[in-house]
Amino acid sequence: MVAKSQTLPAYDPKTGAGGSTDFLTTRLETMVSWARSNSLWPLPFATACCGIEFMSVVSSHYDLSRFGAEVVRFSPRQADLLIVAGTVTDKQAPVLRKIYDQMPEPKWVISMGVCASSGGFYRAYHVTQGIDEIIPVDVYVPGCPPTPEELMYGIFELQRKIRSGEKSRDSRSARLAAERPA
Amino acid sequence: MSAVDTPSLSAPAERIRGRLASTPLAEKVEVRDLDLPTLEVSPPEWPALAKWLRDDPECRYDLFLDLAGVDNLKRRGQKTRFEAVVHLHSLPRNEHLRVKVLLPDGTNLTIPTVTGVWPAANWFEREAFDLFGYDFPGHPNLRRLLCHDAFVGNPLRKDYAPGQRWFATDADMKMPAWALDTDVKAGHFETQTLSIGPSHPATHGIVHLIARLDGERISRAETQIGYLHRCFEKMSETHTWNQVIPFTDRLNYVSAMINGVGYVRAVEKMLGVEVPERGVLIRTILSEFSRIMDHCVDIGANLVDIGALTNFWYLYQPRENIYDLIEACCGARLTVSYVRVGGLAFDVPDDFVPRCRALLESIPKFLDDVDRLVTNNRIVRNRLQGTGAVTKEDAIAWGLTGPMLRACGVPYDVRRTRPYDFYDKFDWDIPVASDGDNFARYLVRMEEMRQSLKIIRQAVDIFPEKGPVNSSDWHVVLPPKDAVYHDMESLIYHFKLIMEGIKVPAGERYEWIEGANGELGFYAISTGGGGPYRLKVRPPCFPNMAAFEKIIVGGTISDAIATLGTLNVIAGELDR
Repeated sequence: MVAKSQTLPAYDPKTGAGGSTDFLTTRLETMVSWARSNSLWPLPFATACCGIEFMSVVSSHYDLSRFGAEVVRFSPRQADLLIVAGTVTDKQAPVLRKIYDQMPEPKWVISMGVCASSGGFYRAYHVTQGIDEIIPVDVYVPGCPPTPEELMYGIFELQRKIRSGEKSRDSRSARLAAERPA
Repeated sequence: MSAVDTPSLSAPAERIRGRLASTPLAEKVEVRDLDLPTLEVSPPEWPALAKWLRDDPECRYDLFLDLAGVDNLKRRGQKTRFEAVVHLHSLPRNEHLRVKVLLPDGTNLTIPTVTGVWPAANWFEREAFDLFGYDFPGHPNLRRLLCHDAFVGNPLRKDYAPGQRWFATDADMKMPAWALDTDVKAGHFETQTLSIGPSHPATHGIVHLIARLDGERISRAETQIGYLHRCFEKMSETHTWNQVIPFTDRLNYVSAMINGVGYVRAVEKMLGVEVPERGVLIRTILSEFSRIMDHCVDIGANLVDIGALTNFWYLYQPRENIYDLIEACCGARLTVSYVRVGGLAFDVPDDFVPRCRALLESIPKFLDDVDRLVTNNRIVRNRLQGTGAVTKEDAIAWGLTGPMLRACGVPYDVRRTRPYDFYDKFDWDIPVASDGDNFARYLVRMEEMRQSLKIIRQAVDIFPEKGPVNSSDWHVVLPPKDAVYHDMESLIYHFKLIMEGIKVPAGERYEWIEGANGELGFYAISTGGGGPYRLKVRPPCFPNMAAFEKIIVGGTISDAIATLGTLNVIAGELDR
């Protein structure tokens, strides 16, 4: 975005012309993604320990609202950022998919913690080995659980990604969905 | 541990045998003495024995604590392959008891249900049905509990591969039959089925409540759990004793320290290892701080659910302050992994005592603020008083422990009934309320935080400035690092411990402590290897959640939300 300040003729109240003003020149996409990146409405799909750290991030001490991701929504219809905080099991997988599908476009996903990212140290019979088996992920935040700073860094990274207009790669979840028996 | 041949039994075991002698069960029940008095019985006699154990005036085992399935496939010297191990507690006598129901080999693993004797057995039996494939004829609702409905096999059997997964689709998410019935015949158009969850802000985790509503009142309800079943027990069978500690932190992740302490106590008892005073006191101090953190989140979240958001921020601040202390001790905020078998991972920082004292100064202010804002607040009282009430008898029958039971007027607190560590040396009270409703639970928790502060204050006063935190038994605890680098013997100990794990003598042990939300028990079986053969947790919030669907019937849906908050259900511990 380029902001330019220019001196114009004095404002004339009769004709409405003239007056000194600041204006911006930019592309519409850049403007929109700038606005989107700073007004994320997260839906916390908080299943386990990471959910407690998510609470810390939105609580007064770390105060996520400073960075424009304040309005936590529990309805997928009102959210554009899905933060999957905690282990996702095979029993939850259909639930998570349904919630993701219910979110309006454009939408982004942060996988918070190693369990959501890869199953973590639960290499076990009932644990989904990473939510990218089910849904595409934009930012993976490692840690068990990640510290609030780490999650905030993940959100900054997502904001950068939104501003750059980059699209997420949906390769793993699409491939696994195709392979999986109906 | 081998069977005791000579009849030199402990007093409780001897008493039970004496009482049994006059009943027709005498021939069919074998009384043994392990770490607890242990009865062995075959399935057909089990319901009669159960009823007798509950009703006999000199037994009165009224609290059903736990049912653990055991698969002896790879364990030598056992009578049958499958066992169901039940742990009971007698409130009048203050004694624990173990009953082993031995399932004969080559049968279809049938155990008559005891839900009629102890309603608390309901979910425990469903769990054993799910994870071991035991059949409980007569059970009111024998369906899978933890695994999803498309699951095939019984994962905790020893011949089930830990990583074998099955995939569930949307179509596999089954509702109970009664929920699908539209109830048109009654001509009562205000009846509807409401599904709350699995992902709902009031469930604080993933829990599914299905309620049949008549107007706004709940006429029938069922909870579905298992959405966070991440196979703790199977994972612990594939790791060494010390590697299990990080898994225990993730059971009740709101008060992670307490779980680790409970687990290592079971292992230490099996090993006969003593932890030095300084190590024990660090565990006590951090456990009590964890209890405060737990109650802060529980009360805060409950108040959020009923519309009092401010208090959540008030209660979250002490939690952040305690995190700072825990982070200074072990480097992690939430999932601490701080305890080790035989002691702790490291010593505390030099400013540990001043930090504790600063917290002891600051926390009461936050509690007083919340107290002033909430306790006499009319809206809070209207929402909490008289809702979600449980009678004393029901609470015992449903196997409730912890603040839930104490709010009904039963002063059962493991720190007092079976003092461990230094709890008997401290001056503190068990907070008890009498109403058994949501408000009583709130009051009990508020007072418990103050009592925990009192305990911490005394523990900090006697905290030795210097001294070891770990046992010096190098078969159990890693030798100091500089010794490992300079001394061959230490290097060997280090190598053996890291590569093979601690060698815990073969045997079994049930150890229980007071968790943040009730009796937290660990039933560990060792075959002498480096890791547990079987590890069963007695999760304190599991009976609470099982009772939920009974507590809320008759109340309104908004009362159910207020009640769910006071149960203090932590999904990691509930589903394991």
